[in-house]
Amino acid sequence: MKALWRSLKQSKTGMIGLAIVLVVVVCAIFAYQLAPCDPLQQDLMNKLHDPAWTATGTQEHLLGTDQLGRDVLSRLLVGARITLLVALAGTVVGGVVGVVLGCLAGYYGGWVDAVLMRLVDIQLCFPFTLLALFIAAVLGGSLGNVILIAGITSWVRYARLVRGEILSIKESEYIEAIRAEGGSDARIIFRHILPNVISSVIVIATLEMAKIVLMEASLSFLGYGVPVTIPTWGRMLSEARANMVSNPWQCILPGLCITLTVLGVNLLGDWLRDYLDPKLDV
Amino acid sequence: MSERPVLEVNDLTVTFKTKYGSAAAVSGVSFALAKGEKLGLVGESGSGKSVTSKSILRLLPSPPAQIRGSIKLDGEELLTKSEQEMCHCRGNRISMIFQEPMVSLNPLYTIGNQLGEVVRLHKKVSRAEADKQVIEMLRTVGIPSPETRLKQYPFELSGGMRQRAMIAMALLCDPEVLIADEPTTALDVTIQAQILDLLKELNRKMGTSIILITHDLGVIASMVDTVAVMYCGHIVEKAPVRQLFHDPLHPYTKGLLNSIPKVGRTEGDLQTIEGAVPSIYNLPAGCAFSNRCGECGRICKEKEPPTLQLEDGRVVKCWKYTPQWGEEGANHE
Amino acid sequence: MAKYLAKRLAQSLIAILGITVVVFVILHLTGDPVELMVSPTTSREQMDILRQEMGFNDPLPQQYLRFLKGAVVGDFGTSYYYNEPAMRVVMERVPATLELAVAALAIAVVLGIPAGVLSAVKRNSLSDGVIRVLALLGQCLPAFWLGIMLIMAFSVNLGWLSTGGNSEGWRSLIMPAFTLGLFSAATICRLLRSNMIEVLGKEYIDVARAKGLRGSVVVMKHAFKNAFSSILTMLGMQFASLLGGSVITETVFAWPGIGRLVIQSIQSSDFAVVECIVFLLAVVFVVINFVVDVLYSVINPRVRLQ
Repeated sequence: MKALWRSLKQSKTGMIGLAIVLVVVVCAIFAYQLAPCDPLQQDLMNKLHDPAWTATGTQEHLLGTDQLGRDVLSRLLVGARITLLVALAGTVVGGVVGVVLGCLAGYYGGWVDAVLMRLVDIQLCFPFTLLALFIAAVLGGSLGNVILIAGITSWVRYARLVRGEILSIKESEYIEAIRAEGGSDARIIFRHILPNVISSVIVIATLEMAKIVLMEASLSFLGYGVPVTIPTWGRMLSEARANMVSNPWQCILPGLCITLTVLGVNLLGDWLRDYLDPKLDV
Repeated sequence: MSERPVLEVNDLTVTFKTKYGSAAAVSGVSFALAKGEKLGLVGESGSGKSVTSKSILRLLPSPPAQIRGSIKLDGEELLTKSEQEMCHCRGNRISMIFQEPMVSLNPLYTIGNQLGEVVRLHKKVSRAEADKQVIEMLRTVGIPSPETRLKQYPFELSGGMRQRAMIAMALLCDPEVLIADEPTTALDVTIQAQILDLLKELNRKMGTSIILITHDLGVIASMVDTVAVMYCGHIVEKAPVRQLFHDPLHPYTKGLLNSIPKVGRTEGDLQTIEGAVPSIYNLPAGCAFSNRCGECGRICKEKEPPTLQLEDGRVVKCWKYTPQWGEEGANHE
Repeated sequence: MAKYLAKRLAQSLIAILGITVVVFVILHLTGDPVELMVSPTTSREQMDILRQEMGFNDPLPQQYLRFLKGAVVGDFGTSYYYNEPAMRVVMERVPATLELAVAALAIAVVLGIPAGVLSAVKRNSLSDGVIRVLALLGQCLPAFWLGIMLIMAFSVNLGWLSTGGNSEGWRSLIMPAFTLGLFSAATICRLLRSNMIEVLGKEYIDVARAKGLRGSVVVMKHAFKNAFSSILTMLGMQFASLLGGSVITETVFAWPGIGRLVIQSIQSSDFAVVECIVFLLAVVFVVINFVVDVLYSVINPRVRLQ
């Protein structure tokens, strides 16, 4: 652990990534405590105010209000929750499914492997956004479904990586020696193969997480994410679009949040990849 | 011989500046190569042999490397030439062959393309004429059915053949000097002998001077006229090959020769030189070999030994052969 | 090589078949298609009759086969929203999306390749640093935000370009193409950079220099071809994902292509059109994959000659 921390401190970009991610995490966890107003509270008398630093802004709403008079800052903070939740849960779902399926395919080979690889091929045939959209439209918009979609669109990379690693390790003499000593299949997989693969999985996870954040925002923007009542950055942007001309800041702020979050995750992921496995072909 | 040497290296020093500090990979190296002469540069990894050879061609990226001294080809100073002038020399007047034939050729271009490239570049001939010369040279280096090779890709040739092709590529423009950097290390033993014979033959036929870089004393013994032994960036001894093997002067050379296992000897351990090669960032004060030398004296630990030119033309960099050695207190701890 | 390509062809066909199954299954999970097509006042008997007529009461495998037969000839039924064959509705809009995707790919290549090469050759210099930062940002910007920002800057504030639609030739194409292509440009740049750096470290590059070739020739003739052949596959995939990713860009810029159509059709539950688009795009993907494989084996002599 100490070596990890020391390496991170040496990497300027890694530290920036970590800082951004920590800010987002804190905002997400303490959203309701930090938010000055109720994010759902409408106040049509005060709608479409600009942020405090512009000429028409007020101190009361630091980042202005949206078209229904709701406080932008509070909504951004709560939006961080959804982003974080979907990113983490989606990554876990995709990762677990992908690793398990990849293990099965790689280790048992045969028709299990053939079926899985065809599934991977088929899924890779669908454009990413379109697949997410398709499933979202069919299943309907809810937090659970969005997480499911995130999992479904990302499991493929884990599966391919894990399968590849297992295939290359499987026939090595080291594993044969263990088998000769009577190690069972499960034991071999868990104690010997997986630890070798874990670092690559972690690197893929961070990079997939960034993609999931973008995907969730896109779905929200198109109107297919979580229900309308929950504020998300993507939805805020789509609602602000109508008032692009009169209230540019409404469009700038949520997008800035998305970009910075993705940037943070990517920077952290890049550092992690350099630290764990520079040769990883992602 | 009063003829001017074809290559003259004088006091060559190459320093690298890295985040670990500044270090001299090559220090004060001097040697001369006569026309048609074969010089062997011997040393362990890290002794500076490859850096020396790359400096002659100026292939080292210039930060972080700093090169000082003088390298003269036929009297022309190479270190002051522009990059364009150096490009004119490389592959043309001085050629180099590298260690790993398996990765020294671009996998996406044919043999004909890559070999023809050097002819077309330096001799400005047509593609057809270049192909003719390539075929001829491939034949000379002993590659069977050279016409078919033109359209073949590197992966279609074996390791030995690839190395022959590399040699052909290096000699196509009839260079004055050929630098062979560990040309046989990556090859099977039987192929090694063939390649070395080929080099000897080409040296005889074409008069190309050869600098053969290797860590293998066996290769040196059968190939070269003169040997220079390098340690930690210095030339510690230079002598005609027979004299070096029969009468080594420097303790390092003696150690190297002793560590060659002798066929027929049935008892005793394999001899080694105690200790390990120091890092160039952390050289001992005084003589670089002092911490491993069995004959080390007090002065060896304090001051770097001078390079001595002995009467018979031999060179040695060791306190033992200086007048100060016999003086009281200078020798033996 | 013929054997390899035949194998790939077979795999592609299986993939297409699999896609038809997936599309069919997912769409028929959504519930009763008839309910979504009729007005609330229709009686149950009328719905039953409709259901029978449209074949929704038949067993699923039979419906699937019907779907498959139709898909092969391009008949996906009638778009109930447009009252025309679904295929025709889709085909009308394909040129617009193709135009956008090709323009985006062109921008991605023109920006990404030189940036990647320059960044690798001048590794660790200031220009390398700047390019790397820009490439990273390019991968972090959400396309819809970028599009909106561009509209705000160039249409609203500067008035140079129109806010949407494709009526003004290249002037209305440039913003959406840039929005769509930037992510690809960044991906291409980063991958090419890392490939070039790896190739430049190889021994045959040193050998090429030792032959007396000038630096630029070494980079372009020897290094680039090797680095590029490994990103060729990626370029194909980039084009395919540009086609799919056009959904967002077309929505932001009101571009009349199939991306926008798919959103509208999903919203209006026009299944025939949705099925048609999804199937078509997936087939295109498979074809692109296959073409890329062919190209790769042509460039890489090792694959070609075995």
